[in-house]
Amino acid sequence: MDTRQLLERQSFIELDARSRAKRLLDKGTFSELLDPFQRVTSPWLMRQGIVTQADDGMVVARGTIDGEPAVVLGIDGGFQGGSMGEVSAAKIAGSLELAAEDNRNGIPTRAVILFETGGVRLQEANLGLAAIAEIHAGIVDLRRYQPVIGITAGPIGCYGGMSIAAGLCSYLIGTREARLGLNGPAVIEQEAGIAEFDSRDRPMIWSFTGCEQRHRTGLVDDYVADDADAMRAAVIDLFRAGRPEACRSERVAGFLARLSEVDPGVQATPEQVAAIYGKGFQS
Amino acid sequence: METIVLEFPAGQPAQGRALVGVVASGDLEVLLEANAANRTVVNITTSVDGKGRLWQAVLERIFGDGSLPAAKLEINDSGATPGVVQMRIGQVFEQLKSTGGA
Repeated sequence: MDTRQLLERQSFIELDARSRAKRLLDKGTFSELLDPFQRVTSPWLMRQGIVTQADDGMVVARGTIDGEPAVVLGIDGGFQGGSMGEVSAAKIAGSLELAAEDNRNGIPTRAVILFETGGVRLQEANLGLAAIAEIHAGIVDLRRYQPVIGITAGPIGCYGGMSIAAGLCSYLIGTREARLGLNGPAVIEQEAGIAEFDSRDRPMIWSFTGCEQRHRTGLVDDYVADDADAMRAAVIDLFRAGRPEACRSERVAGFLARLSEVDPGVQATPEQVAAIYGKGFQS
Repeated sequence: METIVLEFPAGQPAQGRALVGVVASGDLEVLLEANAANRTVVNITTSVDGKGRLWQAVLERIFGDGSLPAAKLEINDSGATPGVVQMRIGQVFEQLKSTGGA
């Protein structure tokens, strides 16, 4: 990206969830389900002395993408770190179920999920976890009919149970800013020790879990610049490509073959991970 | 967490509704809807306790002269500074004018 492009582009990362959804949908087709004025908020946060957000940090936007019916599910990373509570997670799960139902009724609704989340909202514990499981089931159901595209743009990235959801998507798009991982850096350090993973070492963290590396190692399909137009173009390209021959989560044998090449006795390096995972997951 | 309700004089009912902001650290969310003429009601839920007088003073500066449209405002605040509060409220009325609401 040269200076002129940098000045002229509209950053995708800097947009809030609602604006991101608007930019991905065809112009003028945005409409919102369970919008903030319906005030479907978390019933649990208030009781714990935490201020709620009117949409529970979750935007459900309907419209069209490339002329086809679509729903964009935008997590707002600013509110409670994009964590999944009972309401916010149910908004995603319910939308995916409705989109699959549409497809069974001959309406080819597709879905884009904007992952900006640390995973489950700890204040809502099991209810959030249960709803994340429903999201997983919803993605697996819908991806039989249409590609389900996940985007993690940053700055939060995608962690915890929602990184599993990202892994279940037909395609995953990432930017250099975003990170993708099951456990966050502080959790890994706490469990495995600072010699294994120093959670203050940001270059090291990005070298393993940043989406540039995740793309190199085949866990992210498309690596896109922080540009709203480029992001929309990437989404359209992937929808036009149609469903992949096999989703990442269906390539079990291929992943096991790669994993068997990893020597857990040796401290991993990003280059070594790329050398092994870069071979792909064809079995 | 604390809830504060404040009332101010206002003009004609606001046309439409609008939303700005995020309940992120140091920020706030403002939802604006129409109210009956001549009165604006602001419902504030804030993560910071004991700042009722500060809210009264900041909002008095914005609404005190009664020139803004009559509205019901809901503010969900996560520790925004008075400057941010003033900016977000300005933005929500701006949005109301430019788009006729969200």
